[in-house]
Amino acid sequence: MLRAAPFLLMAILLLPVAAGGLATLLPAFGYLPALGGTALSLDPWRALLAWPGLGRAVVLTAGTGAAATGISLGLAVALAIAARRAGVLAVIEAALAPLLATPHAALAIGFGFLAAPSGWIARLAAWAVTGWQVPPDIATVQDPAGIALVLALCLKETPYLLLMILAALAQVQAPARQLMAQGLGYGPRRAWLFGVFPLVWPQMRLPVMAVLAFSLSVVDVAIILGPSNPPTLAVQVLRWFGDPDLALWFVASAGAMLLAGIVLAALTLLRGAEAAVAWAGRQVARTGRRGGSGFDGVTLGGGAVVAIVALAALAVLGVWSLAQSWRFPDLLPRGWTLASWQAQAPGLAGTAGVTLGIGVAATAIALLLAVACLENERRIGHRPHASLALLYLPLLVPQVAFLFGMQALLVRLRLDGTLAALVWAHLIFVLPYVFLALADPWRAFDTRLLRTASCLGAPPWRVLLHVSLPLLARPLLAAAAAGFAVSAGLYLPTLFAGAGRVATLTTEAVTLSSGGDRRVVAVMAAAQALLPLLAYALAVGLPAWRARRRAGLAVAA
Amino acid sequence: MTLTRRRLFAAAAGLGAARPAAAAAWAEIERAGRGQTVFWNAWGGDERTNAFIAWAAGRMAGDHGVEVRHVRLRDTAEAVTRVVAEKAAGRSAGGSVDLIWINGPNFLAMKQQGLLHGPVLDLLPHAALVDREGKPATLVDFTVPTEGYEVPWRMARVVFVHDAARVPAPPRSMAALADWAVVHPGRLAHPSVRNFLGATFLKQALAELAADATVLQAPATDDNFMPVTAPLWAWYGAMRPHLWRGGRNFPDSGPSLRGLMNDGEIDIMISFNPSEASVAIANGTLPPSVRTFVLAGGTIGNCSFNAIPFNAAHKEGALLLCDFLLTPEAQAKAMDPAMMGSPTVLALDRLAPAERKRFDDLPRPPATLSDGELGRPLPEPHPSWMTRIATAWETLVNA
Repeated sequence: MLRAAPFLLMAILLLPVAAGGLATLLPAFGYLPALGGTALSLDPWRALLAWPGLGRAVVLTAGTGAAATGISLGLAVALAIAARRAGVLAVIEAALAPLLATPHAALAIGFGFLAAPSGWIARLAAWAVTGWQVPPDIATVQDPAGIALVLALCLKETPYLLLMILAALAQVQAPARQLMAQGLGYGPRRAWLFGVFPLVWPQMRLPVMAVLAFSLSVVDVAIILGPSNPPTLAVQVLRWFGDPDLALWFVASAGAMLLAGIVLAALTLLRGAEAAVAWAGRQVARTGRRGGSGFDGVTLGGGAVVAIVALAALAVLGVWSLAQSWRFPDLLPRGWTLASWQAQAPGLAGTAGVTLGIGVAATAIALLLAVACLENERRIGHRPHASLALLYLPLLVPQVAFLFGMQALLVRLRLDGTLAALVWAHLIFVLPYVFLALADPWRAFDTRLLRTASCLGAPPWRVLLHVSLPLLARPLLAAAAAGFAVSAGLYLPTLFAGAGRVATLTTEAVTLSSGGDRRVVAVMAAAQALLPLLAYALAVGLPAWRARRRAGLAVAA
Repeated sequence: MTLTRRRLFAAAAGLGAARPAAAAAWAEIERAGRGQTVFWNAWGGDERTNAFIAWAAGRMAGDHGVEVRHVRLRDTAEAVTRVVAEKAAGRSAGGSVDLIWINGPNFLAMKQQGLLHGPVLDLLPHAALVDREGKPATLVDFTVPTEGYEVPWRMARVVFVHDAARVPAPPRSMAALADWAVVHPGRLAHPSVRNFLGATFLKQALAELAADATVLQAPATDDNFMPVTAPLWAWYGAMRPHLWRGGRNFPDSGPSLRGLMNDGEIDIMISFNPSEASVAIANGTLPPSVRTFVLAGGTIGNCSFNAIPFNAAHKEGALLLCDFLLTPEAQAKAMDPAMMGSPTVLALDRLAPAERKRFDDLPRPPATLSDGELGRPLPEPHPSWMTRIATAWETLVNA
């Protein structure tokens, strides 16, 4: 049974992506019998090309996606170099968890409350410098160039990439290499870039690709902070899919395929850029120049800005949710009240329950499958042929390119809007993160303990239940928290698989984000952020609480 | 309650709409609807409407044993799309949408494609109270006869809200509004025309600027669309660079427009609710200095409807909800400035004195105009004008 686990895992991930992708690809070429499209044609593409905003939308999409990925990666690498100092590392590790846990939508809404012309930053400026009595007419959010969108994405992607680098560093004996290179006379930064980075990059490649694909095709953050005339391609595709004129579904499918093409092109370019950087790096290394500064001030400044802005975005959500009346240019609300929370409480409880239920179910199934796969891997003694890259597939294909087709299939199977469909749709995105979070600690686990247990006569199942799982409780809980945070933040999969009928905190927050009452939006976004933050707190707190009674196991746990 | 119902059927019988058989049919609907869960697909961008729906859901659960779930839409078209998708997938029963808050182009599309269940209006006991003579918009949705496929539930009226502290004498015509915008750059905004309120802003202008507004009552054609709307685009082209954000970005919806007004980013805004200013002052989403005004040439009025898709799984429950929304209790609640402030669709002179008192007792805050000040509403143009205006605007702003 265990041997079937990897196949089951791949089927759960790949079946919807493949079937949904096909069900989107065919309409892109005019084939959708239900709507009268019975022959292949290029008409959808002609209609797509005729849309006046296409050129600008494509440039906007490619530009914001590349900028968000480039800035996040640069900052994450710089911070990883700075993290060679133990003090910096400690601060980073403390700041990472809350930033990773906060869903994109909540962070984007909070960022909007900060950066809007009537937001906290402008209020500070009005109070300290400019004396504005009315907000300036400057597009600081939803700006035509998508700068706000890029900055908000960086707030989420920098911590993620940094986490991936730190995890990879632990496997390549980074400190020893760093010391050796510095001993040869290289400055700290050069030592890291020449001595450590080339070993780290292979493990970074997939996360960077996932970030690039995500940034190019993100919908919720682009709805909240991106421009709208034209919007990014992903948002426009969603608009077409939602149009009552069903003929536009063909255009939408073509648009989704174009987006998939852009993502594919960007991933290919990334490989090209990788080769170019490697070549350039070798040229520089070959000069043999030593030295170089170890000054991290700029980096730490950048990192501090990311952390402070992200935390301020969360704080402003809290302040707005408790505000009575808070008009420009007041720095703080005139009065404080729980009224917004009380007014939302009845609906909020149900929505939070749904969010929690789907998240817990998807996470539990993901954990079960991941453990089954990893346990199978250990018993058969090698990794199954299904490679890690396939696990990443759902994270590399733009969501709109297969979720729409998946919805069409779910409708046909009469599964749309059911809990099963939702959990499955979430599982597609939760499973990769849970597996990746669990794989390294599981594979690094000291198997001598297991052999000892077996020698004492315990059958494999008992070894798993009484030795492996308890000792791996910490990474298991961390993987669960990561999986839950992913589920709690999913917008498009919830929208499509839920047939719009199932409201989670995320869909509510995004729906309300354009509403007029910031207090209500803030309550919803704050609630959305709270659930995964609680999950992370539990993941950290539970093992610590448990460890109090088992002090002797502190090393293994 | 029984007494009222008898009165109602008497009134309905007077109109020739109901017979004793209707009462029996309604009793059957009440029986079948009990225990159903009704998925009411209604635009969820307005908190006060959401609160009203939540209140109605509570009353439906208590009175009829019907669970009402509000499916909060970003755009009404989402629900229409879902019904169309279900039809395309061959699902002609057990559909996921039980009731849609619907208007104009979405209604026309569903009616034309045979996607609606009905006629249903005259099944409802309280439909006899609807003011069909005084408020003809309750029977005609954007010039399209509803023919009983839609049930009215709230009246809407174009008004403008201004910050009286900053704009003591607001412009009283769309032409004057454009002049005002030129003098006060960045202080006027309208919602994206993808949103119904944004489209209404342009329709209101068209109603004033078109050489002959009566052509708007017939469908737009390829031949007459450009000539009729030419003055509109000339007016808009002159004003647009002076709008908020230089006319390059637009708020998504009415509530986000109100957010801009509350933040002090703009000074004048359009609204579809005559009580918007008062309700918003009361709940702190607009400053106390805002007031309401209408245009000298009149403003567009319409009615909001609910309709049941042909494949709805819980038609009886949806009918019970539609009828409840027409009760004097629900209508007065909707009209309460502390709730939504939506004008009623009922004929007040047809109500029992005790029911009528609910409406007479409602306060009229200073930011709300009297019926006399509002004047008679202008009719909505045919939906095709809205659809074409939206398409033309889309091309304009994306170019």
